[in-house]
Amino acid sequence: MGIIDALQEILFGLSHNKLRTFLTGFGVFWGIFMLILLLGAGKGMQNGVEQMFTSDAQNSVWIFARKTSIPYAGLSTGREIRFTQADLDAIEREIPEILYLSAENPLGSFSQADILVKSKDRSENYGVFGVGGDYFKIKAKQELLEGRKLNGLDQDEVRKVATIGSVVAENLFPGEDPVGQTIEINKISFTVVGVFHDEGENGRQSERVYIPLSLYQQTYGRGENRLRILTYQPRSDADPYAVEEKVMALLKKRHKVAPDDRSAIRANNILRGVEKLNAMFIAINSFLWFVGIGTLAAGIVGISNIMMITVKERTMEIGVRKALGATPRRIVSALLFESVLITAVAGYLGLVVGVGLLEGINFLLSSANANMAYFKRPEVDFRIAVTSIVILVTVGMLAGFAPAWRAARISPVEAMQTR
Amino acid sequence: MIRLENIHKSYGEKERRLHVLKGVNLEIRAGEMAAIMGSSGSGKSTLLNILGILDHHDEGHYYLDDQLIDQLTEKRSAHFRNRLIGFIFQSFNLLPFKTAAENVALPLYYQGVGRKARNRKAAEFLEMVGLSDRATHLPNQLSGGQKQRVAIARALVTNPRVVLADEPTGALDSSNSKEIMDLFKQVHGTGRTIVIVTHEKDIADSCERLIYLNDGCIETANPQRLAENIISESVAEGAGGA
Repeated sequence: MGIIDALQEILFGLSHNKLRTFLTGFGVFWGIFMLILLLGAGKGMQNGVEQMFTSDAQNSVWIFARKTSIPYAGLSTGREIRFTQADLDAIEREIPEILYLSAENPLGSFSQADILVKSKDRSENYGVFGVGGDYFKIKAKQELLEGRKLNGLDQDEVRKVATIGSVVAENLFPGEDPVGQTIEINKISFTVVGVFHDEGENGRQSERVYIPLSLYQQTYGRGENRLRILTYQPRSDADPYAVEEKVMALLKKRHKVAPDDRSAIRANNILRGVEKLNAMFIAINSFLWFVGIGTLAAGIVGISNIMMITVKERTMEIGVRKALGATPRRIVSALLFESVLITAVAGYLGLVVGVGLLEGINFLLSSANANMAYFKRPEVDFRIAVTSIVILVTVGMLAGFAPAWRAARISPVEAMQTR
Repeated sequence: MIRLENIHKSYGEKERRLHVLKGVNLEIRAGEMAAIMGSSGSGKSTLLNILGILDHHDEGHYYLDDQLIDQLTEKRSAHFRNRLIGFIFQSFNLLPFKTAAENVALPLYYQGVGRKARNRKAAEFLEMVGLSDRATHLPNQLSGGQKQRVAIARALVTNPRVVLADEPTGALDSSNSKEIMDLFKQVHGTGRTIVIVTHEKDIADSCERLIYLNDGCIETANPQRLAENIISESVAEGAGGA
């Protein structure tokens, strides 16, 4: 007896009991379909919120200097704090837990794109930043599209070079290769050496131009070696909050700032936000799992139910088959094979339709260029989807096994009498 | 071919226990065509079901083709039902979602015969019962007589040595009944052992031997052909195995 023969026999039975087949299959289909949609929506939210965040290394710290608010060591309030290269050197010297260290000097304001950048025949406002040291290592998720990043030689030789964001490149050099071209910022010409893409802040970090810090200080900084924003990334084995405290204490000591002065020197530790966000995602994901497992449980109950009903409904048929010489084993295996076939096919369909719908949404979102806050790229962990199907198929088998076994054991006479 | 020794069978539990067969002794030789008669409730269908291994007896011994049938495993029972016995039911018991040909082919499926060979055999036996033109019809598209002929084709398709029929004409009118009985005679002509349960006198009369069952015991066992048959049936003490 070949497996194909058994399969034909089962398919034949199924095709003559279309409603029952459909109902059994639909429960499984719906369970998997909803699970996929739920998990996809959850992942979409996670992706959406993550993109609002920056592209900086997740444990990087950004330190800003402002004015003092508490009198300290004989100095009055309102004193402006200015970082210099000496601060960076001190941090590097005294705090060994630092992995990367750098500084960033915005030409205009920190958060707005307000510097006019010109190409040969176009001009737009962008943020322009003088950056040095390990800056591009801290901007870990920045993706280089063309050319190269700024390097140590650019700093040392004070070269007039720049890397520009993908948005800048598109607007200033539409349809052209920007690398090797010239841009003009405040009457100084720079050669573009690279183009990068940065997802940070919904892609707004791609509206930036980076130039060497040394050049910035010589030209726009009026020769001062002032640094507006310090940034570092601690070693992964160090306690990030302890390192932050050490750095802050050092800077406050160097600038004679009261230890409890919160406004003179402020640190933005990206990790804090990330951890808050992660806590939120754990909450959302547990909720989604709760609902998902509920859906799955409903599917399990449904399929158990229908398997029991199916077997009951077919007791007469089982009796006839036994009278004609079917062994209990063949009865049970045919019933289980049938159950597995229906659940597997229906589960697979649920998976395909669910993933298809998610991909459709994806396609619509990206083709409409919709940048929805809090929602992006809904997707599904394939392993979870397949695991759910396997669970449903197994449960369907187990649920069918007990009644099938019982039905296959009763005498043919008794079985044929049930109607 | 068939030998029963002191067969007892009861249904139900405790106070409601119903003692149906009260020690049946019977021998049916190969090639015989026997009718079992008796009033309703006399246990004739139960007896036939035990002969067909569709039901278990509680006590006594049953030999089919010299093999002891007591306490068989389900697998062995299925094997005997499949290879040795063809069973015909009063209510036909055709699978409603299968065509006539597929119903006839079903026992061969459980023998492990390939699909093509099955279909060929099924067509052959449908032709024998005169229903070639109904091969692709579903049971609910057939008349009662046609259904029973399909059921007979299904019972014969495995070439069983023993054919058991439980009121095969019970649901049919007289002209259909006659056709069915002609079929049985034709089958008997090929040397098979046939046992028919019936309450119709003329059906019983067309058999070689009459077994009369009364209240779970065999009362008469064929006065017609005593000389040929080794008749060992006797009335056992009814109270026996309960």
